[in-house]
Amino acid sequence: MERQHQLLSQIATNDRHGENSPYFDGWKAYDNNPFHPTNNPDGVIQMGLAENQLSADLIVDWIKKHPEASICTPEGVHMFKDIASFQDYHGLPEFRQAIAKFMGRVRGGRVTFDPDRIVMGGGATGANELIMFCLADPGDAFLVPSPYYPAFYRDLGWRTGVQIVPVDCDSSNNFQITKAALEAAYDKARQDGINVKGLIVTNPSNPLGTTLDRETLKCLLSFINEKNIHIVCDEIYAATIFSSSNFISISEVVEEIVDCNRDLVHIVSSLSKDMGLPGFRVGIVYSYNDAVVNCGRKMSSFGLVSSQTQYLLASMLSDEEFLENFLAVSSKRIEKRHSVFTKGLEQIGISCLESNAGVYVWMNLRHLLQEQTNDGEMALWRVIINDVKLNVSPSSSFHCVEPGWFRVCFANMDDETLEVALKRIHAFVGERKERETLSAKTKCWKKNLRLSFSSRIFEEGIGSPIAMSPHSPLVRARN
Amino acid sequence: MAIEIEQPTVELSKVAVSETHGEDSPYFAGWKAHDEDPYDESSNSSGVIQMGLAENQVSFDMLEEYLEQNSEASSWAEGAPGFRENALFQDYHGLKSFRQAMASFMEKIRGGRAKFDPDRIVLTAGATAANELLTFILADPGDALLVPTPYYPGFDRDLRWRTGVKIVPIHCDSSNNFQVTLEAMEAAYMHAVAMNIKVRGVLITNPSNPLGATIQRSVLEEILDFAKRKNIHVVSDEIYSGSTFSSSEFVSIAEILEARGYKDSERVHIVYSLSKDLGLPGFRVGTIYSYNDKVVTTARRMSSFSLISSQTQHVLASMLSDKKFTEKYIKTNRERLRKRYEMIIQGLKTAGIECLKGNAGLFCWMNLSPLLETPTREGELALWNSILHEVKINISPGSSCHCSEPGWFRVCFANMSETTLDVALKRIHSFMDQRKTDAIQSPPQQ
Repeated sequence: MERQHQLLSQIATNDRHGENSPYFDGWKAYDNNPFHPTNNPDGVIQMGLAENQLSADLIVDWIKKHPEASICTPEGVHMFKDIASFQDYHGLPEFRQAIAKFMGRVRGGRVTFDPDRIVMGGGATGANELIMFCLADPGDAFLVPSPYYPAFYRDLGWRTGVQIVPVDCDSSNNFQITKAALEAAYDKARQDGINVKGLIVTNPSNPLGTTLDRETLKCLLSFINEKNIHIVCDEIYAATIFSSSNFISISEVVEEIVDCNRDLVHIVSSLSKDMGLPGFRVGIVYSYNDAVVNCGRKMSSFGLVSSQTQYLLASMLSDEEFLENFLAVSSKRIEKRHSVFTKGLEQIGISCLESNAGVYVWMNLRHLLQEQTNDGEMALWRVIINDVKLNVSPSSSFHCVEPGWFRVCFANMDDETLEVALKRIHAFVGERKERETLSAKTKCWKKNLRLSFSSRIFEEGIGSPIAMSPHSPLVRARN
Repeated sequence: MAIEIEQPTVELSKVAVSETHGEDSPYFAGWKAHDEDPYDESSNSSGVIQMGLAENQVSFDMLEEYLEQNSEASSWAEGAPGFRENALFQDYHGLKSFRQAMASFMEKIRGGRAKFDPDRIVLTAGATAANELLTFILADPGDALLVPTPYYPGFDRDLRWRTGVKIVPIHCDSSNNFQVTLEAMEAAYMHAVAMNIKVRGVLITNPSNPLGATIQRSVLEEILDFAKRKNIHVVSDEIYSGSTFSSSEFVSIAEILEARGYKDSERVHIVYSLSKDLGLPGFRVGTIYSYNDKVVTTARRMSSFSLISSQTQHVLASMLSDKKFTEKYIKTNRERLRKRYEMIIQGLKTAGIECLKGNAGLFCWMNLSPLLETPTREGELALWNSILHEVKINISPGSSCHCSEPGWFRVCFANMSETTLDVALKRIHSFMDQRKTDAIQSPPQQ
């Protein structure tokens, strides 16, 4: 085994695939005991998977009506030969045009995208890696505002050798990115002899679900122009913005700033979240830099989108009526889910960071921590996984400096399952509160209290947050 | 005079500005010439005929027939869950049914002489991704893979560009039909050592591109033994395994490992793809089959950057599980390729051109060394240029395949109709006749 180990490369034997993170322990718990409404109603509910499953019916409907969009049907097979042999890394022209239109529409028609700047990647995973290969050398670094998507550790750096320099954000200002934080991170990196090549932001944010406002975007652009570094905007959640909100893309602001060096600006997009098609591996790099487009295109050979899939999506996304309807309905459904879930949490005094996008909430459980540390968070998280049986993602896996936050996904299940999840959280909070209250009361009142208190919380929906002692006997007992 | 204030340009990565993507090679210049003036039977009968593209277009009808009878839509029509589940499926293990279908297809191609475990199959977006991925896993930047010449020009990019790994050639020549010899392997290895470069493996393509010939069993055994002595890996790119004209002539490294009871097999990895055998390069279907558990696990994780579209996995899973279809397809495809091969060999022979004896692939390895003005790379490129511009066919010069012996050219025959192939052969005939006439009329200066 040891001899085998030596036979492989450093990349093959290091940890940058990121799978040893506790982030995945929850997934394992789910895989070992997955919830099913009838077969396994006590199983773990998966709330750690940021997927948009709410509007697949609309797509299925379209597919049924358009068999000719598939080259593997009698209606479409006349195109089979041409499409199946098409491996040009420029991509099918109609696919690029459809993607350019899609991206424009998602941004409210306020920007037009040039189909010739569209480069394919193997999903956003491949696209993010690809842009890093184009912009940075091994050992170089990218600034990444925290909390950030856990897999960036792998995607940005595993094979590229690029380092992540976090730009820490916290709740004192709702996790917004400040110029001061950027400057501090940049200066420290430079002092440490680290060559910063760029900044990568996810907008809308994963895990926060918030979007950057115009001022912040302008601030970011002026920062990168000043330091002469790149900016990569991962906008893969752009279409998950709630219908009542407006998404401002970097592409809009770039056009507003006169002296902006556009060669520094690059966007990553995908259909995995917006359309709920992660299996189709549609990743896009859109760069304003010609050299990056040229180089990126060559590199896309390593992760081209299947021509069969390009053809289908070119057809689907060119159907303007379908697309307009899909985006509107999808956005409404996401917003509704968000509302149901956050209201359900508010009833038991759990608040979430105010958000306007994404398929998850950033839930605040700091008041439930025994200690405001990573250990405290891990302890609570293990309870949530093992007792409440929900796989949620702890803030530490997103490299957040503030423990006690959890990302909870709500769009990868049906309404009933979400109800079950809410009930379990209610029960959990109720139970904790009750135990805490009990510890302050005499024993002879125990039985009556248990019945009346917990049921009152659940049914009456008390609005005010219940202050939990950080030294809850329940948690202490477990430790 | 106005002073132009230049925007400071921020550098891209070294990888981005390097030329290791290899697109400045003459291999691609011919493609450009074709793209600018492409032959078309009816609309542009004097255009450039593309014979530099190793694609298999002889068996589409069978695929189309299958799809007409087994529509993708019918599987979606069975109910929403089918499409939904598929569209959500991004597990890097890949669809189990598809892996099983691939394993069984690979077994069929080898006439059942080797078994493949579906759990050792890692899926990647094309062999391009598979080869790069394996290189990332088996070698560190600055290390080398030994590759017999002549080899597929794309290897320069796939194995080296983003990985930083070098290729050290194992020189082969016509004295023994370009077969790999122990001496050549040892020489290559020592050459690397002399340059202080660490060799991590040998990468062979079997059947060979551009030779169009299978590697003999004895040579495969020698390569395995050599790798064992040096404690290095063996990657066998068997992308053309289903394109051998006769099933019995192809020996896969998998067969040899099985015969050895899989002893010392953790150093062996096979690359396969459906781009050539099934003629589906657009679908991006590649696989890595490794006998090394750690490589399988790591490759699977790394495949995240280049997964196969679940839509494509789904369609092909049913197609390749259809035993009746695959048996008929494999057999018929082989026959058609053999027929094409015989047609081109005969046509070239009557024009006075000899080729290496081949038994596989979508191309033949043509010997034009007697036509060279000087037996050098420059002479070869000059000849190539005149063939491109006078004969108007794009063929691939041996130098772009790193062949150390000038004058050889790879000529593809499966990416066109028989009629077009006929036109190409006629043009070559005229070209050769013209040269004979010129030679007679202006004999070489004494």
